[in-house]
Amino acid sequence: MNARILEEIQPFILPVIYAVVIVAVLPLLAGYIVLLERKVMAHMQARMGPMRVGPHGLLQPIADAVKLLLKEDIIPDKADKLLFWLAPLASVTMALLAYAALPLGPTFQIADLDVGLLFILAVSSLGIYGIVLGGWASNSHYSLLGALRSAAQLVSYETAAGLALVSALLLGGSLSMKALVEAQDQVGVWFIFLVPISFFIYMVASIAETNRAPFDLPEAESELVAGYMTEYSGFRWSLYFLAEYANMIVVSGIATTLFLGGWLRPLASFHQHLFGMPFEALDILPVLIFFGLAAWCAKLALRQAVPVQKFVMFLFVGLFVVLAAAMAWSLTSPLMAGIHGGFWFIVKVLVYLYGFLWFRFTFPRYRFDQLMKLGWQFLIPLALVNLLMVAIGLLLHQQFGWWLLWSVILANGLTLVFAAWLGSDSAKPSSTEAAVAGVGGGK
Amino acid sequence: MLTPSHYLYLSLALFTIGVIGVLTRRNVIIILMSIELILNAVNINLVAFSRLWGSVDGQVFAIFIITDAAAEAAVGLGIIIAFFRNRETVLADEMDLLKW
Amino acid sequence: MTFDTIIFYFFAAFAVVSAIVMITRRSAVHSAVFLITTLLATAGIFLQLEAEFLFVVQIILYVGGIMVLFLFVIMLVNLDVAVRQIQFSRQAWVGAVLAIALGAQVLMAFRLGSGAFNLPAASTRAMQPNAEQIGAALFQRYMLPFEIASILLLVAMIGAVVMAKRKI
Repeated sequence: MNARILEEIQPFILPVIYAVVIVAVLPLLAGYIVLLERKVMAHMQARMGPMRVGPHGLLQPIADAVKLLLKEDIIPDKADKLLFWLAPLASVTMALLAYAALPLGPTFQIADLDVGLLFILAVSSLGIYGIVLGGWASNSHYSLLGALRSAAQLVSYETAAGLALVSALLLGGSLSMKALVEAQDQVGVWFIFLVPISFFIYMVASIAETNRAPFDLPEAESELVAGYMTEYSGFRWSLYFLAEYANMIVVSGIATTLFLGGWLRPLASFHQHLFGMPFEALDILPVLIFFGLAAWCAKLALRQAVPVQKFVMFLFVGLFVVLAAAMAWSLTSPLMAGIHGGFWFIVKVLVYLYGFLWFRFTFPRYRFDQLMKLGWQFLIPLALVNLLMVAIGLLLHQQFGWWLLWSVILANGLTLVFAAWLGSDSAKPSSTEAAVAGVGGGK
Repeated sequence: MLTPSHYLYLSLALFTIGVIGVLTRRNVIIILMSIELILNAVNINLVAFSRLWGSVDGQVFAIFIITDAAAEAAVGLGIIIAFFRNRETVLADEMDLLKW
Repeated sequence: MTFDTIIFYFFAAFAVVSAIVMITRRSAVHSAVFLITTLLATAGIFLQLEAEFLFVVQIILYVGGIMVLFLFVIMLVNLDVAVRQIQFSRQAWVGAVLAIALGAQVLMAFRLGSGAFNLPAASTRAMQPNAEQIGAALFQRYMLPFEIASILLLVAMIGAVVMAKRKI
């Protein structure tokens, strides 16, 4: 009996451990991404960001978490109790559920579903309920308006995101996330170089999907207060917040897996020699990167005036040296693929996330009707034509034996022509814009 | 051991609950939702038998039913909105314009 | 009790309880939320039946599309006074009895006829890979219904937009 139960649970042990690790690490990670965002925003605006709590503000997320947990839980009087409780729960559950199919390395995946990509899309589309029900349950006009606007925005950009992903899917040939990364290994080139327009569409759509600037009208402070999150405070708000940042990481993960090569090292599928050295020598890159970071931190440490900050900087130097040593050790161990794969995946996700942060502080906010017009009248036709052109290019390459380069240039060139036509004045403006223009210039 | 009968009974239970919902509720939107429940019960049946016979025909049929349900829900809700704008009610008893 | 059976009973119980709760709520929004949970349980049954593509399609289309539409409309036509009115129609008892009678008849048909078909044991042959097979079936054998379904959706979209406009 015991042996049979053990045999039954054996396939579940490793996935459960992965799941526990992800759920445990994610809130801390989300907190530190917020700190990163505040620091990046500050440096882009020529100031310093949080510096008080802990050295260089490194304990700020902990302080924020403690404050949120200890805050009074206020529920509006006529609020719908069941839905008020359920909405943040739904939001965070769906955000965390998407990690089940996301491959963080060649072996670090909770479930390699045959339809993994569709599963993540499905779960992301369920995140709308957290928003809609939250806005409804607050029993406030502004919350409801913000929630409905946000839901409309999410639904609009979901289609564009899906179509962009499908065009990358055509190149990969399978819906399983793992198979898509392996396809990039086989083709030899990351998909971003084959379908850059799909990557662009997906980037824009993913920024809109996660309600980030410049598409954050529903939750911008100067607009509808905080939209659907207005009446939530304390722990419930932190759940929404966690859901938003978890969503950001999931979306970055999808873009990394599909377009940026997942866990593959750059130039991973080249096995020739260049100037006498094999391309595999690039495996040493993680070690070099960590040593470089350690050296930079040491240089910064020597410049610090306050002893505590000097101490913390030296701690960081130590941390990076340890990581470099771990990377170097794993070069010779059988865990190499896993650890190095995880490193490259995290680097690429961070690059994409940095893009999110960068766009937030660079672009002004879109007005809601401009947002909807962009989604329906520009992105969706562009995504459709892009899909058609990618399919034609793939057909030319596979059936008729054209060179990959020519079919890529043809497909993307035709799509760019179409995009130029769409964005030009010959495509009709919406009646709102004509009315606004009329009011402004018509005297 | 799971046999197709298990799925048949589950599908029957959901179907009956859906029919009760259609026949007993006054709110037209809840009636529409019960109809969706009935369609789902049928889907479970189709997929169970598709698994039994090992062919995907049942699942393809289920996909078409889901598509159909989407179209029907959209049009039905459009009608409800139009009626609500005119008569300010969503209760089935009060939709009696054609009564003598 | 294999893992399969436990999963089936869990999702089945969840679906039935959720459905019963759905038809008895006062507020339409609550009913919609419980229909969402019922649909998710149904998707779980599809997953247990190894119909992975249908599992995702159910979530994306039904839960992520149709139910969002329902929720939007419920919020648009919401009347505060409606929650306090009588929820069940005058013929509720008759209707319920009739529905249960219908269910009992079908149940009897199942029990009496269960030996009529030569049902083979559940086969797992030739069902993988699921998504590719459905794609092949949709674009080869069922191409005509596929095209008709797309025209149906176009017609439904136009119809819904026209019905919901204030001035045609």
